[in-house]
Amino acid sequence: MSGRVLFETGTKTALPALEPLLFELQRSGRAGRHVRGGDEADALIPPAFARRASLPLPELSEPQVVRHYTHLAQLNYSVDAGMYPLGSCTMKYNPKINDRAASLPGFADIHPHQPDETVQGALRLLYELQELLAGISGMDHVTLQPAAGAHAEFTAILMFKAYHESRGDTKRRRVIVPDSAHGTNPASAAMCGFDVTTVKSDARGNVDIDALKAALGDDVVGFMLTNPNTLGLFEERVREVCDAVHKAGGLVYGDGANMNALLGVARPGDLGFDCVHINVHKTFSTPHGAGGPGAGPLCVKQHLEPFLPVPRIVKDGAGVYRRETTTEHPRSIGRIRSFVGNFGVLVRAYTYIRTLGEEGLVETGRDAILAANYLLALLRGAYEVAYERSPMHEFVLSAAKQKRQGANGLDIAKALIDEGFHPPTVYFPLIVPEALMIEPTETEPKETLDAFADALIRIAKRIETDPKSVHDAPVKAPLRRLDEVAAARKPVLRYRPT
Amino acid sequence: MGQNPYSPHTDADRAAMLARIGIKSVDELLEAVPKDARGPAMGVPAGLSELEVQAHMERIAALDRTASAGPFFIGGPVQRRYIPAAVPVLALRGEFLTAYTPYQPEVSQGTLQAIWEYQSLLSELLAMDVVNSSMYEGSTAVAEAALMAVRLTGRKRVVVANEVFSQFRQTLATYAKGPELEVVAVPTRELAANATDAACLIVQHPDAFGTLVDVRAVADAAHAAGGLCVQVTEPHANALLEPPGALGVDIVVGEGQPLGIPLSFGGPHLGIMGCRDALVRQMPGRIVGQTVDASGTRGFVNTLQTREQHIRREKATSNICTNEAIAAITASVYLSLMGPASLRAAARIGVARAHALATRLARLPDVSIGPAPFFDRFALRTPLGGELRTALLADGILVGEGIGLHYTGCGDGVTIQCTELTTEADVDALVAAVERMTARRPVAAS
Repeated sequence: MSGRVLFETGTKTALPALEPLLFELQRSGRAGRHVRGGDEADALIPPAFARRASLPLPELSEPQVVRHYTHLAQLNYSVDAGMYPLGSCTMKYNPKINDRAASLPGFADIHPHQPDETVQGALRLLYELQELLAGISGMDHVTLQPAAGAHAEFTAILMFKAYHESRGDTKRRRVIVPDSAHGTNPASAAMCGFDVTTVKSDARGNVDIDALKAALGDDVVGFMLTNPNTLGLFEERVREVCDAVHKAGGLVYGDGANMNALLGVARPGDLGFDCVHINVHKTFSTPHGAGGPGAGPLCVKQHLEPFLPVPRIVKDGAGVYRRETTTEHPRSIGRIRSFVGNFGVLVRAYTYIRTLGEEGLVETGRDAILAANYLLALLRGAYEVAYERSPMHEFVLSAAKQKRQGANGLDIAKALIDEGFHPPTVYFPLIVPEALMIEPTETEPKETLDAFADALIRIAKRIETDPKSVHDAPVKAPLRRLDEVAAARKPVLRYRPT
Repeated sequence: MGQNPYSPHTDADRAAMLARIGIKSVDELLEAVPKDARGPAMGVPAGLSELEVQAHMERIAALDRTASAGPFFIGGPVQRRYIPAAVPVLALRGEFLTAYTPYQPEVSQGTLQAIWEYQSLLSELLAMDVVNSSMYEGSTAVAEAALMAVRLTGRKRVVVANEVFSQFRQTLATYAKGPELEVVAVPTRELAANATDAACLIVQHPDAFGTLVDVRAVADAAHAAGGLCVQVTEPHANALLEPPGALGVDIVVGEGQPLGIPLSFGGPHLGIMGCRDALVRQMPGRIVGQTVDASGTRGFVNTLQTREQHIRREKATSNICTNEAIAAITASVYLSLMGPASLRAAARIGVARAHALATRLARLPDVSIGPAPFFDRFALRTPLGGELRTALLADGILVGEGIGLHYTGCGDGVTIQCTELTTEADVDALVAAVERMTARRPVAAS
């Protein structure tokens, strides 16, 4: 990251700025000429409906717009620019061939309302992707519709509800989650109208099975488990956990956020899970898009199949693909979004899977695990390790020692920025004090892993002798630390002319 | 080894890493995995070179009939519109596309400012106080708006117009199953009469058939009964029609795809959601706010995060985490380039084409159009009903879904959408085809 670059805005803005706002760049009368005409339309709109409110969108020339967004882009850290070790986010390299595939006119220029016979290529791709993900996850059926992991969680818990109700079992009101769970798990359960019970983890970072058994009962809808969990640890008694839930009549949801560790290593369908979602924007290399889109295909066992959302993509005996609707699946939970899924994202995931093939996916899982364990070996000693076990694809350090010395996890994160790295996930999972959750992925070369470890060790040494020196970090980023409290106290959520 | 083309590791690297860990094989790290489950076959075909995979993808893509390949009148929430050349060039830059959610604002100002500008641009377009940083797509935005209204009013009854896009209503019905809400569907003209005990009235304007609706009357009825008014909108209509914020609407939602985002068979798209200031703390999704850094320079951060799942867990306003940020940035670039003039022009051309087309079709025997007044989309009713869609497909002309199949109490027919990409030749082709097809039918059939 380079130092601060100040632009002369030439406007009355009170505050110095890295890049002026569109609204500060605009001048009345400036415009491109992207579309023109249609003036006869004004007479066709009844005056009672016509816009009287002004339309104060900025007026800009195309060169200004290009420079504005180019400048903004230059203020961002990205996977294209460097290592992005965010735990549980799997920020691996995003192959460019995937983007090109998604932009082929046959994929980008087709409308979801087109008749099936005009979109056989798209439907074939989706059908094949369903089959591939079923094989990878060890499940029987797949819906590609969920837009993200949380959307898949919501879909599955609603399917759990429908499953229990179909058996006349209507008293189940509680969903259990471990204390290491992603926040989306309890939030998804709540959206389905259920109460949430949290169970603690044991000393080895597993679900405390006694606590789980004590929490189970005939009012339990199911249990949501991330495996490997958010500590990067494989659940050592995963089958026992699943059996206990099943014995109580509940279902087991697999949060597949950490599926990258399982590629070719183990399949959730072979471990006792009733379903699992896959974040293709993590495991299958689709770009995270500064926050989205993702896609969260949901893979389920046979007993959940009747409840899958519509429309479903099927193939008939003659090799013709089509979308099936509620009339063909009366027990379906219904539609969870307008169309068949985040297709452009799914095209990228399909391209990635076909590029790597079985042998490439196997190598991916193993390399991800190797990289995490290697990095942990380099950092052990400089930082406390939350759980002393071999992790899978990610691990959690604690900056508790550094906190005692006078600098906390946030300081370390910001100091890493000055070292040229994006920080890891901090303060999550909640059960580890001063957590630093690190996931290197399989696409960072050994030299980068070494450099990252060196940077973290340098920071630890600085804190030993001069903890105050990281309190002001970052100093080499475009901005210094931002005042989040002020932002929330007096929200300024949009531009307003002064 | 060497099977993943994106892996940088040489065998020597791997050996050095194993040695540093103090093990001989990765297998030693997998002790916790049940033995009989280890190393499963996944059934994935062998990997391909980039050249091979490109050819494979081109072959599959070639099986689809693209929207641009001939006369195209499909629309609704997803619209084929002109995308200025600079839109993908800017919005899909690697610095935006391969960034994560801006959890570290000091190195994410590009994303944060672009999204804050998106919120500002949409607020201006919709004349709404606040717009969030995006929902998944239009239908989930509608469902989340209903849940928001339920939280705000403490009521569990949601009234939605039949003339709201059918897929939007269906997603709403699914989301309602969780908290067991009562969803009542009525014709738009009966919304006001059903306001009693409703958390919200959900009205679409222009509606699924392009018809213009008196939203203010709906909002007044909702408010008189102590409920909220949710309007489903579409972006371009707001360039010419009075916006939701001027109509008394409390929550506005819609599909943002027409703002420079490709059709992509229905996704990824952009869920628009905005509301009045007073309601913002019950709004789902991320919101970017302005602040300053330690040296007083303006900057942007994710804010009001105590609404969100990573802080509030089961008490959050929604479970949404990953959203459609790059689509919001795309929309922002699109609106910056188009400005008020080109945006109005695009909207006007659609309106003008739709009305010219409707006028010509209405002259044909047994053909009816409407109801009027409509915007850039209308219902076309002929003796063929929804079957007209299939008949026209044989001529290479694509029109919207059959109405009878997807809408209750709205008769049968097809919807016809026009945009700035609809040409005179497309219009001629459709008129000629409908004339031929309706003329074929014996007059006695009526």
